Amino acid sequence: MLLKKAEIQARTITEDGQIFLQKAAQDGLETVWDRYEVQKPQCGFCELGLSCRNCSMGPCRIDPFGEGPQRGICGADADIIVARNLGRMIAAGSASHSDHGRDLVEVLRKVGEGYAPGYTIRSVEKLQKVAAEFGIASDGKTPSALAVELAYAMEEEFGTRKKALTFLARVPEKRRAIWNKLGITPRGIDRETSEMMHRTHMGVDNDWQSLLLHGLRNALSDGWGGSLIATEISDILFGIPQPVTSEVNLGVLKEDQVNIVLHGHNPIVSEMIYEAAQDSELLALASQKGAKGINLAGLCCTGNELLMRRGIPMAGNHLMTELALSTGLVDMMLVDYQCIMPSLGEIATCYHTLMISTSDKAKYPHMAHHEFHPETAQAKARELVRLAVENYARRIPAKIQPAPNAPTRMLAGFSVEAIVAALGGSVTPLIEAIKSGDIQGAVGVVGCNNPKIQHDSGHVTLTRRLIQNDILVVDTGCAAVAHAKAGLKVPEAATQAGPGLQRVCKALGIPPVLHMGSCVDNVRILNLAATLANTLGTDISDLPLAAAAPEWYSEKAVSIACYAVASGVFTVLGTPPPIFGSPKIVKLLTEDIEGLLGASFAVEPDPEKAAERIVNHIRQKRKALGL
Amino acid sequence: MPESIRERVMVRFERCVGCHSCELACRVAHSRSGSLAVAILEEPKPKRRIFVEQAAESPAPFLCRHCEDAPCVRCCPTGALRFDEASGLVVYGVDRCIGCHACVMACPFGVIQPGAGDLFVVKCDRCPDRDLPACVEACPTKALVLERDFLLDRRRRTVRRFVEAARTAGTEADFVATGSIGNP
Ligand code: SF4
Ligand code: SF4
Ligand code: SF4
Ligand code: SF4
Repeated sequence: MLLKKAEIQARTITEDGQIFLQKAAQDGLETVWDRYEVQKPQCGFCELGLSCRNCSMGPCRIDPFGEGPQRGICGADADIIVARNLGRMIAAGSASHSDHGRDLVEVLRKVGEGYAPGYTIRSVEKLQKVAAEFGIASDGKTPSALAVELAYAMEEEFGTRKKALTFLARVPEKRRAIWNKLGITPRGIDRETSEMMHRTHMGVDNDWQSLLLHGLRNALSDGWGGSLIATEISDILFGIPQPVTSEVNLGVLKEDQVNIVLHGHNPIVSEMIYEAAQDSELLALASQKGAKGINLAGLCCTGNELLMRRGIPMAGNHLMTELALSTGLVDMMLVDYQCIMPSLGEIATCYHTLMISTSDKAKYPHMAHHEFHPETAQAKARELVRLAVENYARRIPAKIQPAPNAPTRMLAGFSVEAIVAALGGSVTPLIEAIKSGDIQGAVGVVGCNNPKIQHDSGHVTLTRRLIQNDILVVDTGCAAVAHAKAGLKVPEAATQAGPGLQRVCKALGIPPVLHMGSCVDNVRILNLAATLANTLGTDISDLPLAAAAPEWYSEKAVSIACYAVASGVFTVLGTPPPIFGSPKIVKLLTEDIEGLLGASFAVEPDPEKAAERIVNHIRQKRKALGL
Repeated sequence: MPESIRERVMVRFERCVGCHSCELACRVAHSRSGSLAVAILEEPKPKRRIFVEQAAESPAPFLCRHCEDAPCVRCCPTGALRFDEASGLVVYGVDRCIGCHACVMACPFGVIQPGAGDLFVVKCDRCPDRDLPACVEACPTKALVLERDFLLDRRRRTVRRFVEAARTAGTEADFVATGSIGNP
């Protein structure tokens, strides 16, 4: 059934999104928005966090109106149930990032041991730097030997025998003192997740406050552990991102080229595909099939990883993944794990698209499974690119609709190293700009898309307001792609910023919104904040910083938000988390926690109001610093 | 009204959390087995008689109102639907039904649905074997209540509001002083 114009506009602000929503409807596809409609009304208990399925005496639900049951069968009240549920969300998010990190540790070790042909160590500099942090001397050692030693040391981080994670040395001293005092210093990555699952088992931790505190510790084990390991090893293996120009939106899919779309989160697969797509033999095969080349495009964070390092264009973010298929131009989509809608395989059957799953831990309906292992990844990548090239001839002309709009230009690749380099070698100029007021503060606008919020409007509206107020925006993940589509990631976008930020951007030739990577790379933002605080000899919570996730949906985002707040960053969420069933917990997280951590959460679905709150927060922080 | 008339199920919309528990309970109550685990495997699938819809962003459960001058009864050409004076309910007799679905079209609430299997249409029967209908019993927030409870609740709340207003608004003396009493 076709959609009315108003319906389409209510779903997304993107031009390509609007066009392909209609195309998808024409082709009879059911998209995430359609499925959201028929899920309504959604269960109020679950929305409030008041349902518990942690044991089989249940499921139990607490009546938020106070008339029905106020306790689960075990006796858990609303506060305990909400805290347990939130704890499990954090554990799942943290586990996802950390397992991603573990996969990279494994590749690093195999590269060092010589079992992973095709992969190399692209940044020996970072390898040595990180090894030094782990107390491993590099002198006289080959990069391979060093890689093996570092990998073993990092594997230790996942375990339970430490008092604190190694990377905590990067955290400002004042912050570490707060964590020690509260007893939330993360010890082992797997340990904290495992302990959270234990605590939330029926009849273990039944104090909602101590459950929440452990939630923060669990999230910190992600931010300063699992995610940080994932980012650092990606840099070691695939290179430290440097500013690179590229393009974004469905217009990057080429009618006359073989289109391979990479979706998911793990750069291990996509890097090998990138190599294979440069192979002269495969390129020759492509031209033999009538294609002008092999075009790689990214979706979600696998896309961000490749964009940051290789400049490959982005087809879109989370809510665009289904619509990308409806162009009829995708010859192959490769997925690894996380945020891959299980609907994709079935949608692809409507077209000629080959859907390939690649991870031993993630299989999907209607997809062919081709597992990638470091030992054979190179050959596997070639095999798959060949299949994609051969599939080019099977396109269904009647179902093809290239995007009529031109791709939007963008600049990406702002790792901390790249930002420091752009500033001339140290963060001092940034601090000076903040002191002078040219830059009022910095905000990380990050996170997913959620069909409950008009696609991309949360991100773009908020970010526009922030830069107008001379606030530098750094971003990652799907938010980053939203900003890029809206044209905020080119140096020319500086004209949309306030006069101070505009001056800084023009002087440095940078956009007012800096792309810092995938969602695992939120730790880059954390690192930058820690570097600023350390340089000033203060705490992260004293700086005029904030974070926002206007359209978040995933459990990973919950973990990220929690490690941001625990690290001292005021964080505004657009979609409400399932905690409103416990007024006590809402009050703790949005008010009282400030006294403990110097930062708190806020929930504000309206991006205009969220911007207002952030601007006020930054003004207050500046005032406290005497600026 | 005679004693025997059974109350309708009323809805306190502001309380509904949209959990669909009432729909589930209704299905089970009208299944052959009467148990959730078995009912989900039954063919034809047991049908629900209550519908939780989304209206203006709020969940809104709807079920047969058992209208007095019921449109479905008026249009039924065979008398399969009729108003039962004794119970005060609109009752349905499948044996007289010809499956024309005139009632489906006539119901202003859309709560009569085409049947499946051996039923021509399906509508709320107010669970004749139960004192408390299955949906009412299942509703965890007490959004569904019987007419008497509904009235009692509304009345008490209204009275409470009045009393509170009177208490906070001041004493009679205040009113006299300001001239609002005794100065008609
Ligand atoms: S843990 Fe308690 S609240 Fe949760 S399902 Fe079991 S009995 Fe119910
Ligand atoms: S379907 Fe049955 S009950 Fe409905 S109007 Fe026709 S005969 Fe009457
Ligand atoms: S009163 Fe009975 S038949 Fe009617 S909706 Fe409730 S449970 Fe179903
Ligand atoms: S059971 Fe009650 S709260 Fe749940 S949907 Fe039905 S009426 Fe609403």
